[in-house]
Amino acid sequence: MRGIETPDPQQLKQRYPQIFARPMSARLATSAVLVLALAIFVFGLVDLEFSPSRMLSGLNQLGWIARLMLPPDPGSSLPVYLKALGETLSIAMLGTTLAACMAMPVSLLAARNVIPSAIFRFPVRRLFDTIRGVDTLIWALVWINVVGLGPFAGVLAIAASDFGALGKLFSEAIETADQKQVEGVRASGGNMLHEIRFGLLPQVLPVIAGQVLYFIESNTRSATIIGIVGAGGIGLQLAEQIRVLEWQKVSFLILMILVAVAAIDWISGKLRFAIIGRRAIA
Amino acid sequence: MTTSVPILPAHQLAGFRDSYGAAVRRRRLHLFVGMLIFGCVLLVSAIGAEVNLRTFYTYFGNFISYFDRIFTLDDGHRVWTNLPEWFWGLKKWSKLLGETLLISYVGTTVGMVVGFCLNFLAAENTSPAPWVRFAVRRLLEFARTVPGIVFALIFVIAFGLGPVPGVLAIAVHSSGALGKLFSEIVENADMKPVEGIRSTGASWLSCMRFAVLPQVIAGFSSYTLLRFEINVREASVMGFVGAGGIGQELVVAIRKFYYSDVSAILVMIVLTVFLLDIGTGWLRGRLFGAGARA
Repeated sequence: MRGIETPDPQQLKQRYPQIFARPMSARLATSAVLVLALAIFVFGLVDLEFSPSRMLSGLNQLGWIARLMLPPDPGSSLPVYLKALGETLSIAMLGTTLAACMAMPVSLLAARNVIPSAIFRFPVRRLFDTIRGVDTLIWALVWINVVGLGPFAGVLAIAASDFGALGKLFSEAIETADQKQVEGVRASGGNMLHEIRFGLLPQVLPVIAGQVLYFIESNTRSATIIGIVGAGGIGLQLAEQIRVLEWQKVSFLILMILVAVAAIDWISGKLRFAIIGRRAIA
Repeated sequence: MTTSVPILPAHQLAGFRDSYGAAVRRRRLHLFVGMLIFGCVLLVSAIGAEVNLRTFYTYFGNFISYFDRIFTLDDGHRVWTNLPEWFWGLKKWSKLLGETLLISYVGTTVGMVVGFCLNFLAAENTSPAPWVRFAVRRLLEFARTVPGIVFALIFVIAFGLGPVPGVLAIAVHSSGALGKLFSEIVENADMKPVEGIRSTGASWLSCMRFAVLPQVIAGFSSYTLLRFEINVREASVMGFVGAGGIGQELVVAIRKFYYSDVSAILVMIVLTVFLLDIGTGWLRGRLFGAGARA
C-alpha cells in the first residue's frame, strides 16, 4: 500500500482551472467597485468643501468646547430639565401607543395572507413606505403648523412617522404567521373576523408587543430631538443651551438623555423577555 | 360497532377543570393588572405631554386642509396641473438633494471605516484585552445614543455652517451603530479558522484578515448599505440646524408657508428614498443572493 500522495500543484491547476484562475471579469469587478467607491468619496470630500485647515481649526474648537463641558452642571434649572425629560418620555410612550393602535388594523390590509389581492395590498404598502420616507422631524414641523408648538405636536409627529414603520413590521409579522391555525378556525365554521381573532392574533401579538416595546425605546431617542424644531421635550432645552453656548448645561442634558435611554433600554429588555418568554426575541 | 370516547369519571375531571380554570383566571388577572398599569402610565404621559383633545378636535381639520394647501399652487390650481410651476426650483433642489446624498455617502463611508476598525476590539471573541473591549464598547454606545442631529448642532458651532458638520455628525452616529452591529456579526463568526491561522504563528492582525474577515464581509456590506439608506433620511433633515443638504430649503418652505414648495420637496425626498430602497435591495440581492437579506 502506498502512503498518501502529495498532489502535484501543477496537475491540480490543470484539473480545476476555475479555482486557481478566477475569471478576469470577477477580479476586475471587485477592484472597479472599490475604485469607484473611493472616487465618489474623494469627489464628495471636495464638493462638500472639506479642507485640512478647516478640519484642524474645527477640531481645535471642538476640543475647546469639550473642555468647557466639564464638569456637567445643570445650574439652577434642574427641575425644568427633569420636567422636560418627563415630557420626552411621555411623548415617546404616547406616540408609540397611538401609532401601534392605528397601525394594527391597517397592517392587516397589507398582509398577503389576509388580503390575497395585490390590488388592495399595494396601495396600503406604498402608503406605509411614503409615510416612513418622511423623517420624524418633518412630521413634527407639519404638526406644529396644525396644533401649535408644544409636546402634543411631538406626540402626533411620532405617531405619524411610526405608523408607517410599525405598519410595515406588523404586516410582515402577520405574513410569517402559521396558516394552519387559521385553517383550523375556518374548518370549524369561523368567519373572517374569527380567523383573525383566534387564528392570527394569538400568534402575532407577542411579536408585535416586542416590536412596540423596541419602538418605545428607539422613540425615546427620537423624542429627544424633536424639541429642536419646537415640538416639546428635552430637545428644546438642549438646542437652546447649545445656541447660547452654555456648555456645562449641554453636557448635563446629554448625560440625562444617556441615562434615561439606558434606563428605558433596561426596562423594555426585561418586559420583552417577560412577554416573549425564552423563545427567540424577534 | 360503536366507538366510545373515553371520558374520565366526574370526580377526576373536576380536578382538571378546577386547575384549568385557575390557570385561566391567573392569566386574566395578569393581563388585567398589566393593562391597568399600562393605562395609568398612558394617563400620566398624556398629562405630561399636554395632550389636549379639544385642540386636536378643533384643529384636526387643519391637518387635512394642510395637505390640501400644499397640493395647491398660488393661482389656486392643483399642483399636478402645472408641473413646471410646481417644480420651479427643480435645478436648485436637485443640486441640494445630490448634496444630501453625498453627505450621507461620505458620512456612511467614514462611519463604516471607523466602525470597522473598532468592532474587532469590541467583539468578545476577538478583543485583545477586556479593558480595551470595555472602553471601545462604551465609546460606541455613546456615539450611538446621542442623536445625530445633536452632534450636528454642536459641530455646526465648531466647524461652521455647511455640509461639513452634517457629514461628521452622520459619521459619528454611524460608526457607533455600525460598530455595534459589526461586532455582533464577528461574535457569531466561527473561531476554528482563527485557531488554524494562529497555529501557523500569525499575528492578531493576520488572524483578523485571513480568518475572520472572509466570514463577515458579506454581513458588513449588507449592514452598511442599510445604514446608507437610513442616513439619507437623516441627512435630509440635517439642514434644519444648518448642516447642509435639502433640509435647509424644506424648513424655510414649511416655516414661511410656501405650500407648493413643501410638497414638491417632500415628493422629491420620498421618491429618492424609494429609489434607494429599491436600488440597495437589488444590490444586496446581486451581492449576496436573494436569501441573504439581513
